[in-house]
Amino acid sequence: MTDAALDSAGPSQGRKADPAETTGPMLAADGTPLKRSLARALRRQKLRALALIAPLLIFILVTFIAPIADMLFRSVENQIVAETLPRTVQAVEAWDYESGEAPAEEAYRALLFDMVVAVERKLHTRLGTRLNYETTGISSLFRKTGRGVDDIGEDHMDAFAAIDARWEDPAVWAGLMGAPEWLAAQADWAAADPANRGPEPAFALAPGIADALPATAPLYADFAAFVQSENDSPVEEDPWAPLYVALHTDLIADPEAAARLAGGNADLVAAAAAAAPGFEVDSVKAAFLDIDEDWGDAEVWGTIKAFAPAYTPGYFLSAVDLQKTPAGVTQQPENQQIYIMLFERTLFMSLMIMGSCILLGYPIAYLLATLPLRVSNVLLILVLLPFWTSLLVRTSAWKVLLQQQGVINDILVWLGLVNDAERLVMINNQFGTIVAMTHILLPFMILPLYSVMKTIPPTYVRAAKSLGATNWTAFWRVYFPQSVPGIGAGCILVFILAIGYYITPELVGGTTGTFISNRIAYHISSSLNWGLAAALGTILLAVVLLLYWLYDRIVGIDNVSLG
Amino acid sequence: MTVFVSEHPLPSLTGFVMPLTAALGGFFGLLAGSAGGSTLLGIVAGLAIGAAMAFALIRLAPDRRIGRTAAAAALGLVGLVVGGITGMVAGVAGGLVLGWFVYWLGSGRYRAGVPVYATGPQVLWHNTFLFICGAIFFFLIAPILTVIPLSFNAEDFFTFTPAMLAFDPEGYSLKHYRDFLTNPDWQQALRNSVQIAPAATILSVSLGTLAAIGLSQSHVPFRRAIMAILISPMIVPLIISAAGMYFFYSRIGLQGTYAGVVLAHAALGIPFVIITVTATLVGFDKSLTRASASLGAGPVRTFFKIQMPLILPGVISGGLFAFITSFDEVVVVLFVGSANQQTLPWQMFTGLREQISPTILAVATILVVISIALLTTVELLRRRSERLRGMTPG
Repeated sequence: MTDAALDSAGPSQGRKADPAETTGPMLAADGTPLKRSLARALRRQKLRALALIAPLLIFILVTFIAPIADMLFRSVENQIVAETLPRTVQAVEAWDYESGEAPAEEAYRALLFDMVVAVERKLHTRLGTRLNYETTGISSLFRKTGRGVDDIGEDHMDAFAAIDARWEDPAVWAGLMGAPEWLAAQADWAAADPANRGPEPAFALAPGIADALPATAPLYADFAAFVQSENDSPVEEDPWAPLYVALHTDLIADPEAAARLAGGNADLVAAAAAAAPGFEVDSVKAAFLDIDEDWGDAEVWGTIKAFAPAYTPGYFLSAVDLQKTPAGVTQQPENQQIYIMLFERTLFMSLMIMGSCILLGYPIAYLLATLPLRVSNVLLILVLLPFWTSLLVRTSAWKVLLQQQGVINDILVWLGLVNDAERLVMINNQFGTIVAMTHILLPFMILPLYSVMKTIPPTYVRAAKSLGATNWTAFWRVYFPQSVPGIGAGCILVFILAIGYYITPELVGGTTGTFISNRIAYHISSSLNWGLAAALGTILLAVVLLLYWLYDRIVGIDNVSLG
Repeated sequence: MTVFVSEHPLPSLTGFVMPLTAALGGFFGLLAGSAGGSTLLGIVAGLAIGAAMAFALIRLAPDRRIGRTAAAAALGLVGLVVGGITGMVAGVAGGLVLGWFVYWLGSGRYRAGVPVYATGPQVLWHNTFLFICGAIFFFLIAPILTVIPLSFNAEDFFTFTPAMLAFDPEGYSLKHYRDFLTNPDWQQALRNSVQIAPAATILSVSLGTLAAIGLSQSHVPFRRAIMAILISPMIVPLIISAAGMYFFYSRIGLQGTYAGVVLAHAALGIPFVIITVTATLVGFDKSLTRASASLGAGPVRTFFKIQMPLILPGVISGGLFAFITSFDEVVVVLFVGSANQQTLPWQMFTGLREQISPTILAVATILVVISIALLTTVELLRRRSERLRGMTPG
């Protein structure tokens, strides 16, 4: 029987007959069936709990989880290529990198239109920097091209002007391209008092023009939008030279279409269309090669094509010393393979730190667990004091101690154990990082070990000894196995903390003692390759979460205690 | 001679106490000798002094206190003659250690931690173990304690100067503290720290306590998942949190603002509040709230009059954890903050990286004092909480 049936049948049956009263649903004080009443109370309790948790949950989701998600997103995000070079991306789709040849004229024309827009908006250097991560030299190529690109097409412009001088008039272009309503609105705006007129009416293309002039119309729309964003009027600004290239292409492709739409300027367009095939102009490809012959290199075009998609595994490949090239995934050049080495070093040093923490932490935890509580509480303060002391205080203390002119070297020299000329190098290398981080993370090993060892009954060891075990056997066969959970907990905790450490390696690690986290920070603040930083961070995060999952299996999240 | 009466058999003087004390004396002599320039002479003198001291103390000075004082005075005098003020201090220290060592061996107390039937090697191992533990405690504490005297250095060095070692008052000064109190950079950093940390603490404590109360109810859907999300700022390495926050906060315009730093620090402090407050709530007796409700108090009144006072120790220690997290935090503020939000740790970090001034050590000393105060508070609160928990029924 379903709940609904129970509920609907309930009260009426209950009142009718005695047998039904014994088998029917139990009622709460207010007459509703007990089951429903309980369910409602439970639901209310759940809602109340959730309402109490909700503010914090939302807070954490916004201030913490969203940033992490943003980082994961950035590690694959690559919209910049398709956004900056939309026409080019489309044009190279059909082109085959394997051919080894640079693409045909259409691709260069598309590149010209994209570049002139990007250069005017000053976006081309950003894209150049982005692509430079993948193929060195692209950044300077883009800069160089950015300086020359608005001259390409000047021969086209001259050719058009030779037919009819009206082609140099911005108003003619606006009249040809703009929608009649926009032209009227723009004229009103221009006539109004400059001091208190509203914003310029947004440019709109004339109906049908986009079909008639498929290359020119979108480019002109970009031109008009850019001019208006500078608070100038498209009716007064000279059109970009590449617009003439676009018009030339369109007129050759379909001489009739534009003239049909041109209205008052039909004769102008028709004359141009008739003359267009005979223009003596350079190809766009030649113009680009003239700016920089690298534009004839299939490698550059291959890079653009390979990184055209909006999402790319490229950063992750770089983070593991591979690279995405037009020909597929390959190894980075030998001298640029550093990330695998850095990951290995981070793992190795974290393991060393973990190992030395066990070595130093186990005896202390054992001593604390076996001493009387009164004494161990006092000694515990010696463990908790470093735990509570600022990380930077401890790091600066180690810097003071380990320096070549520092306290330890001074003592060694004073004692005559070390020559003044050959003071030990103990800092800015792996040794310094391991010593300082062992000191910093040691409390995180001692505290979980101690809390596990406190629960081991001393009678077990005594029983083992009374049965004839030597001290060593009793410890190794009876005590040690019971302390293993503590070792596991402490190890994972120390390892998780060590693997993501930044401050201490940065200050005492020099060049050989740095971790992957230092590289992440470098990419964020110095090289500005945020995508790579995000990819490295994502890999590190995955490792930590895996370890954390292990920790949860072994110890349980709820058992995290703070001493 | 009641002093020597114990359950341990007394060790032989010539066969045990004297050779061992001589060995320790020889070791000290080695150190003193190599510092003074003549190693061999140091060892020989040390051996002789050790043996003589063991004999003299055990035979002539049964009272420990008098014996130790005499030993310290004698060696101090020797030190003063050989090496001036520094020598005297070293001599007094050596004399105290040697005197303690003689009585420790001579009275048989070195066997105190092991059963009577323990063999020699077992006793030796036990004491070696204690010695190792002592060395590890030294490793834990010494670096922090070294910073304190160095912060009174009169020179701009990160090490002990000869003047300091000679206990010359000229070698000490408060100039680094003065610099900390007058330098506008440090003052700005201190102001920022003092503004950011409390704001972040208040935010994380208020939200965290509410959520911890919600989490400790008996029926919470998706409890594990929610707990995992709330704890996550503690698990994720700081550099990753910092990177993510830098990217995201610059998208939404919080990068380089006080609000951004406070929000980030509050997020980092929340796991500590959640953990400590839920731990306190585990021991909270629910029948108290029921009793309060049955006597007519509303939920709000019950919370403030019954629940809050009982979980207050947990809330305060969670708050202290959150405070110290924010006060100590440097990675996230380096990325999320801008030059206007430089905190004390940030200033220390740049100072250490660029090696500019020992003012850092003065700041470090102040921070050590603060952390001792915080540690004491948390410890007292923990004891109070345990006492209260012991008193509540069930």
